[in-house]
Amino acid sequence: MHPAYSVIFFTTASGAGYGLLALLGILNIGNYLPHDKWFFLIALVLSLSLITAGLLSSTFHLGHPERAWRALTQWQTSWLSREGVAAMFTYVPACVMVLGWIIEEQTDGVYMVMGLLAAIGSFVTVYCTSMIYASLKAIPAWTLSLVPVLYLFLSIASGSLVLVTLLCAFSIEILELSKFCLLVLIITMFLKIKYWKMLDLMPTNTNIETATGLGSIGKVNVLEKPHTSENYLQQEMGYQIARKHAEKLRKIVLITLFILPIIFIGLSFLFPTNAFLLTIAAVATATIGISIERWLFFAEAKHVVMSYYES
Amino acid sequence: MTALPQNTKTKLGLVIDLDICVGCHACSVNCKEWNTSGYHAPMTDTAPYGADPTGVWFNRVHAYEIQRPAGESQTVYFPKSCLHCEDAPCVTVCPTGASYKREEDGIVLVNEDLCIGCKLCSWACPYGAREYDSSEGVMKKCTLCIDKIYNENLPEESRQPACVSTCPANARHFGDLGDPDSDVSKMVKSRGGYDLMPEQNTKPVNKYLPPRTRQMGPNSITSKAKLEDASPDGGFLGWLDKVLSD
Repeated sequence: MHPAYSVIFFTTASGAGYGLLALLGILNIGNYLPHDKWFFLIALVLSLSLITAGLLSSTFHLGHPERAWRALTQWQTSWLSREGVAAMFTYVPACVMVLGWIIEEQTDGVYMVMGLLAAIGSFVTVYCTSMIYASLKAIPAWTLSLVPVLYLFLSIASGSLVLVTLLCAFSIEILELSKFCLLVLIITMFLKIKYWKMLDLMPTNTNIETATGLGSIGKVNVLEKPHTSENYLQQEMGYQIARKHAEKLRKIVLITLFILPIIFIGLSFLFPTNAFLLTIAAVATATIGISIERWLFFAEAKHVVMSYYES
Repeated sequence: MTALPQNTKTKLGLVIDLDICVGCHACSVNCKEWNTSGYHAPMTDTAPYGADPTGVWFNRVHAYEIQRPAGESQTVYFPKSCLHCEDAPCVTVCPTGASYKREEDGIVLVNEDLCIGCKLCSWACPYGAREYDSSEGVMKKCTLCIDKIYNENLPEESRQPACVSTCPANARHFGDLGDPDSDVSKMVKSRGGYDLMPEQNTKPVNKYLPPRTRQMGPNSITSKAKLEDASPDGGFLGWLDKVLSD
């Protein structure tokens, strides 16, 4: 599948934003977060900025961005529509939390409920995003059961990385949170490795024989293509660069998205005075890693329509 | 609404006979000709006269060579357009309600005025029936020529999709596949018409008729029956026959 940069930016940026927002909402209930005026405000605003930037960029690849509001209407059948509705819903409790903090400097009572609602909304939105892909039977790689799980884990992993960095920036050390971040990164890494293994072993049910229905006669080969130059289908669904370099790119993802951040966070325990620099390094390498991971998620996925074009 | 109708009153669709299709691409060209001024007008071409022309087409004719386990290979021309599936995955994914399946005849359509051009429907279609018009910013697809098949200004015999009207070999047939007594349904029944990619569970309305089994044996033009001696009596002709036979 052709990886649109706007969609890669959307799913990674809003994924981190929703992960951060969900963690803020949940940690607020347990009163785990420091009541530092600027920290809480910046953390909330940063999560909403990441979400908003992502959502806006996802409209850039539309043919008619001015009609984007129409995408909120078909939530009964369409996961894309459900994602939009969930995203809009999540803004309400998140904004109430921000206002509550600015006006009353309060995080208790009703704001705890708002935090919980924002966390639920975040998880629902990320799940809906993953289901846009996971519900497409024509792209078998995305129908694997681990796809929604990975979207949720990557969202929490990237959100917790940002949160730990932010805490370090304010010289607030919460060891449990760094450990949590480390644990989520490690689990996500094994889930991603498992996904790749499942992908490699996935049987192909659709091929040129089932696509043409001519397999009962014999082996089917392409004799002549229906058009001389590449058409929309081949440009959109026939992306081939990644499959050729998949092995190398997977290794790069493992190193940049998981191994290096895990090492940097681990080192921050040993060298607490350099914790901020180390967490910044972790975020920087993970940003590269998650971008490649998402690019690969698209580019590696093969659409069954290509069966008509390849023997 | 992008919810699919439980049942459609009729199931209008095509039956494509792979035994007859000669791969002339007339269906594709006439489709383009009719539809570029029809419901989805224009069917945009980008750089139509350049070295690398591309554009929106609703009908594409593939060509395949089938290698039998034993014996000679066979060429099959394979026209492909929207199959107007009963469980159309392209419809339910649409976030705006631009894609819909009509309850009255089962035709799958795009309302261009509602389409935001997110392309998700083209990802959901396993057959590649939908093509995005980048200059208009909307998705386009086969309409089964709704502006032709119901057009009372046309003589009745012309109220058929453009691809069917134009086929010089009569390889394409149009009708109600929901009615078991229709000509197209009878044709599907007697010839063993089949679905493309049945494993995708889209329940296509359009059916394909397989190539007929080739005749093998002494009457087949491909079989090599031994020819008789040209001149069993010898002489000059006998000598010539012998030389040429070596």
